[in-house]
Amino acid sequence: MISPDVYRPMGLNDLEYQQVEGILGREPTITELGMFAVMWSEHCGYKYSRPILALFKNYREAQEQGALENAGIVRLDDRLGIVFKMESHNHPSAVEPFQGAATGVGGILRDIFTMGARPIACLNSLRFGPIQGRSKDAIRNRYLFDGVVSGIAHYGNCVGVPTVAGEIMFHPSYSGNPLVNAMAAGVVELGHVAGARADGPGNPVLYVGSSTGRDGIHGATFASVQLGPDSDSRRPNVQMGDPFMEKLLIEATLEALATGDIIGIQDMGAAGLTCATSEMATKAGTGMEIDLLKVPRREAGMTAYEVMLSESQERMLAVCRKGAEDRVAAIYRKWELNAAVIGHVTAERILRIKTGDVIEAEMPSDALTDMCPVYRLDVEEPGYIKLAHAVEPLLLPEPTDYTDVLRRLLSSPTIADKNWVTEQYDSMVQTLTSQGPGQADAAVLRVRGSNRGIAMKTDGNGRYCLLDPYVGGMIAVMESARNVVCVGARPAAITDCLNFAAPEKPQVFWQFTRAVEGIAAASEALGVPVVSGNVSFYNETHEGAVLPTPVIGMLGIIDNPAEARGLAFLEEGDAILLLRADNDPSGGLGGSEYLSLIHQVEAARPPSIDLDAELRLHRALLWAIGQGLAVSAHDCSDGGLAVCLAESAIAGGLGASILLRYDVWPGLPPSAILFGEAQSRAVVTVRGEKHIKRLEQLAADAGVQAHWIGTVGGDVLRISLDGELIISEGIEQLRMAHRDAIPSIMAADRD
Amino acid sequence: MKVGVVRFPGSNCDQDAYHVFKDVFGVSVQYLWHQEESINESDLVILPGGFSYGDYLRTGAVARLSPVMKSIIAHAHRGGYVLGICNGFQILCEAGLLPGALIRNTGLKFRCTQAWLRTERHDTVWTSAAPKDRPLQIPIAHGEGRYVADSETLTALENEGQIAFRYCTADGDPTEHANPNGSMRNIAGVMNREGNVLGMMPHPERAAEALLGSTDGRFILESIVSAIRARAR
Repeated sequence: MISPDVYRPMGLNDLEYQQVEGILGREPTITELGMFAVMWSEHCGYKYSRPILALFKNYREAQEQGALENAGIVRLDDRLGIVFKMESHNHPSAVEPFQGAATGVGGILRDIFTMGARPIACLNSLRFGPIQGRSKDAIRNRYLFDGVVSGIAHYGNCVGVPTVAGEIMFHPSYSGNPLVNAMAAGVVELGHVAGARADGPGNPVLYVGSSTGRDGIHGATFASVQLGPDSDSRRPNVQMGDPFMEKLLIEATLEALATGDIIGIQDMGAAGLTCATSEMATKAGTGMEIDLLKVPRREAGMTAYEVMLSESQERMLAVCRKGAEDRVAAIYRKWELNAAVIGHVTAERILRIKTGDVIEAEMPSDALTDMCPVYRLDVEEPGYIKLAHAVEPLLLPEPTDYTDVLRRLLSSPTIADKNWVTEQYDSMVQTLTSQGPGQADAAVLRVRGSNRGIAMKTDGNGRYCLLDPYVGGMIAVMESARNVVCVGARPAAITDCLNFAAPEKPQVFWQFTRAVEGIAAASEALGVPVVSGNVSFYNETHEGAVLPTPVIGMLGIIDNPAEARGLAFLEEGDAILLLRADNDPSGGLGGSEYLSLIHQVEAARPPSIDLDAELRLHRALLWAIGQGLAVSAHDCSDGGLAVCLAESAIAGGLGASILLRYDVWPGLPPSAILFGEAQSRAVVTVRGEKHIKRLEQLAADAGVQAHWIGTVGGDVLRISLDGELIISEGIEQLRMAHRDAIPSIMAADRD
Repeated sequence: MKVGVVRFPGSNCDQDAYHVFKDVFGVSVQYLWHQEESINESDLVILPGGFSYGDYLRTGAVARLSPVMKSIIAHAHRGGYVLGICNGFQILCEAGLLPGALIRNTGLKFRCTQAWLRTERHDTVWTSAAPKDRPLQIPIAHGEGRYVADSETLTALENEGQIAFRYCTADGDPTEHANPNGSMRNIAGVMNREGNVLGMMPHPERAAEALLGSTDGRFILESIVSAIRARAR
């Protein structure tokens, strides 16, 4: 008799359990119960988020046409397409940062090559609690930060896919529940995209890759609960990654797919064999029968429950053309991988799992997938919103030393140079990377076999989303688009990773819903589809929820990747122009890094964003780059205009003299002009009087303001406001503040 | 002429090496599978970067036992050209084709960054085209690239002119600060005594096209390609 004590800890509620009994017409076996629990978890079943994700036009249409898996392909040219996705691995990384992050990379890469695409780039978006100081939390956060970075480096470097971009932010809300969002992109021939359907009754089902062990059992369920003080005991839920196996799996799978003998193939990721068998059969409207005795194993004595729920990494399930299974298996064996026929596709729409002759589980193919319950959760605007919006940041006192503020911003871990991190990643393997970490606003890669290249960036500001998730969602889309535009690429498609707390809380679900509405509005304005994504709920500990953090991964297409623009100042004498389409009465101080770091205030309205104005800026930037007028470009984001200028100066090893005027920013104090995070702005450098004139004309045509603000030169960054020098600092001093911040913090644990 | 690029399970710079010879130099290239014993008449064998066999034991320790290595060792002993890059350098040391060993970087972290290399000799098949007035900018990407050897070996390397490259500053000084991994005497690349085998941690194939940020790696590849062409004539 199965009691609530059995199914509740697995994550099923009473009503769901009754549905399981209703579907089966009997009490489930323990194996069946485990399969339902994991597939009906939010992580696999999207039972809470699905109705909201339908706000994404592209997702909705794909869902209606049953074409979700193919929706993720972006056309690069007539022959090639780009596949890209992002996924969270937050909870595993909170418990075991190295393996948690490593397997996050492995999982997202398999999602790419399972479609027949060769992975060419990894990105990651990371959030941690504060790392400075000697507190227990800080020490733990450094351990998590170091472990996650090492895990990403280990996996990506070994598997030979360059890690080219991403972003990292630090905030107390992420203490104990870091966010680890891994993104990958691959190139596929448009006519040769592999699907994940188990078509053709009688076709053999081939298991390939690593053998199955007890690691990662119920990992997907673990992803769907809140982290608690006992989360360390969840270590057995964390999967172990082996990038060497993954590398072999990439080469073998691409070789095997090229034969045309594979009908459908899917990664065994979350929920392992259970997910792969049920999803592949559901998509094809078929059934599947498999014999667990034939599954390659790494340990003896595993039960059917354990084999079905194992999340051992680097495994895939392939349906082959009948008679071709030996040929396909031989390719995998050449690469020294397991390949075993474990069953076959059936016409009857039943998923039947056997151990020899014993039936362990038997259910309709779509019981675990389409029959997953979907909920409409309550929403309620949290009370803090109105209080936060009542704060007027312009009334806060002005700092006395703006140079000091700039130095402090540059050395705050969120803004500081991430070289300590990115140097640990191989960003150049595959010899495609034209703009790597820290060189430009987005990573730029050429694509072999095409004249075109791609640009990619991730963005998402949790503080903005806390203060206004709708605006925060829009900004995440537009900032990532602006970054891609600044290198000279056209935004082409979006993937997202939506990190929130427990959705059963109406305030959290309100944040989630508003953020998705904002993302949907911005992506429609941009004319760019959301082609794939991932939802991660329950990002909270007993100490509280993480900032609502939707992360956007933007893909751009660039006609000539060799001509991509970097962010560094290039030559003495180049003119510096600010292109802006903002109209933000508070100068974007609300929710800014300045307000948080200098005033310890995380309130007010976040920067406003006007979608049309933003698009005008993109047009101006693309024209300016396309016509060869802008030789460098860098968007104003965290830390505002002053940080933007300092970053370009540091990167180029060149100073600048900047002359600002109050009348350009009516009513704003210096702090807002220098450090406000008003959107829709970018700084470009231009060479020669003629080009300045042309750029000004071009900006006017695009409906954007272009202010000449100064000149590149010398080894000091000087900023004056109406003739008064308010920032003056040597580039070397700025560089040290920026570059040495994270290494010196991380050295604290050395002794 | 024919270039052979070895593919071990876990090699991950094999395709980059293949690409650079085929598309940048227009030279005929073939892959050499680790389980084949023949190198199929390759004039130059490339041992590419990566993590051969996962490198669980010691970097390169398993790769040196593979069937293809037997014929590569024979090829080297016949005076044939062999270039080991990164993991390939580690394998050459393990196989005894080059002296010394590569151990974990002093910082204990993987480092991927641009490095400056001082060319120690210009009268070798690997460096004849290298400029004399400036160092080469070629990236590194490794966790275990710290070159070590006993002092007698180091003295012998110096005396025999076997050191091909040293890490240096942009001005060409081999300072401690310019040493990215703690290699003894800033050694970035060494040759065997006969000069037909070169191992180096930096990746010349990653610095052979302007789009990638540097073309200095071409000097090395160009040198060996013209040496082979000259020999054929």
